Amino acid sequence: MVAIIDYGVGNLFSLQSSFAAIGAEGTVTADKEVLEKADCILLPGVGAFADAAEKLRSAGLDQVLKALAAKGKPLMGICLGMQLLFERSYEYGCHEGLGLLKGAVRPIADVIPADYKIPHIGWNGLIMKQDNPLMKYVQPGDCVYFVHSYYAADCDEAVIATAEYGAELTAAVASGNVLGCQFHPEKSGEVGLKILKAFVEMGEKK
Amino acid sequence: MITKRIIPCLDVRDGRVVKGVNFEGLRDVSSPVELGMYYSSCGADELVFYDITASSDGRKLFTDILCETARKVFIPLTVGGGINTVEDFDRVLKCGADKVSVNSGAIRNPSLILDAAKRYGDQCVVLSVDVKRVDGVFRVFAKGGRENTGQEAIAWIKQCVDNGAGEVVVNSIDTDGVKGGFDLEMLEAVCDAVSVPVIASGGAGKIQDFITLFQTLPKVDAGLAASIFHFGEVHIADLKAQMVKENIPTRRV
Repeated sequence: MVAIIDYGVGNLFSLQSSFAAIGAEGTVTADKEVLEKADCILLPGVGAFADAAEKLRSAGLDQVLKALAAKGKPLMGICLGMQLLFERSYEYGCHEGLGLLKGAVRPIADVIPADYKIPHIGWNGLIMKQDNPLMKYVQPGDCVYFVHSYYAADCDEAVIATAEYGAELTAAVASGNVLGCQFHPEKSGEVGLKILKAFVEMGEKK
Repeated sequence: MITKRIIPCLDVRDGRVVKGVNFEGLRDVSSPVELGMYYSSCGADELVFYDITASSDGRKLFTDILCETARKVFIPLTVGGGINTVEDFDRVLKCGADKVSVNSGAIRNPSLILDAAKRYGDQCVVLSVDVKRVDGVFRVFAKGGRENTGQEAIAWIKQCVDNGAGEVVVNSIDTDGVKGGFDLEMLEAVCDAVSVPVIASGGAGKIQDFITLFQTLPKVDAGLAASIFHFGEVHIADLKAQMVKENIPTRRV
């Protein structure tokens, strides 16, 4: 069972449906016991970093996630959920994240040419940087769907894929059992479903 | 590299696609769910469902098919038609829509875009605008293109983007239905005025029209069409194959 963390940000309907489509059970929950029983954990998220980080903390989920990640349970963040895994974000100030991955979240405006549109929105091809089981069913150049204005920086060791948008932006990260996708696999057609399938399989091995 | 999006638009009334067509392998040509799945398998990069229902019963049917589609189609889904309040945003987003397109609702209620963008983020709010030349000036038309609002279109679009519209669908009434190609002059004027993604609508009649669009105006992000896809005049798979041949950045499936 995949636990999809419900902490009051964003719509989890599509994510839950995409797990159903690959024959996996996705349970939307904020219950610590359910999270402990889960084979793997998905941290979704849309909206502002500071607001989402605060919601995680006030629900006590930050400590729960850190403890479960330390035990080796596969934990993947999606979009803002991925950004929350890092040490800090410079979205409207400087805000502390979960610190499960080394690096910081910075505005894409810092690195892309001025005539590029922000947000980076649409389908972009994956450039593979490291072999990782998360990408085992995916080919270099396969397109996935992005919607974001901030990106994960200072995290070269963890980057497994990037996308070219005037600069190479972090697309997917992994450090042991802690993983993240900047794009939305649940909106990335067959390619996205393959990535979710690979993630589910990481949990089954445990 | 970011790819150019191809977006079929489905008009839905009382939960059924208005312009049904016969595609091979499609059991129910009027089912938005089946048609959505078909387009997704052909390489559509996004779907737009446009609700043209008048009754509240029909609205319920629409949200039902929206949920059903979101269960089966895993590409971005934009919903428009009858969006007048932030509650309307809520209603369709809960059913699996990713973006909501506003047109007449934004004209009637100028704070709608601002309120929705604050609550759901700019990326969620799409401005759809029907534009027609009147004495050489681009004017905004309301009520499905029937009523001249008198508003100058470029100023209106800029204002909506400043308020938080994250994308703009520009539908040229002058070229709509003519099938002689997109309204390049109008689209260029919009692209020069705003820095958010611009989606071209109105006028596509053949594959070459999309090629010309993306080659002439590299700033345009997507091409949207309805009947030429529904009637099989342009097959999305063929269109994308041609885009690849012409070296236009394209997502292949």
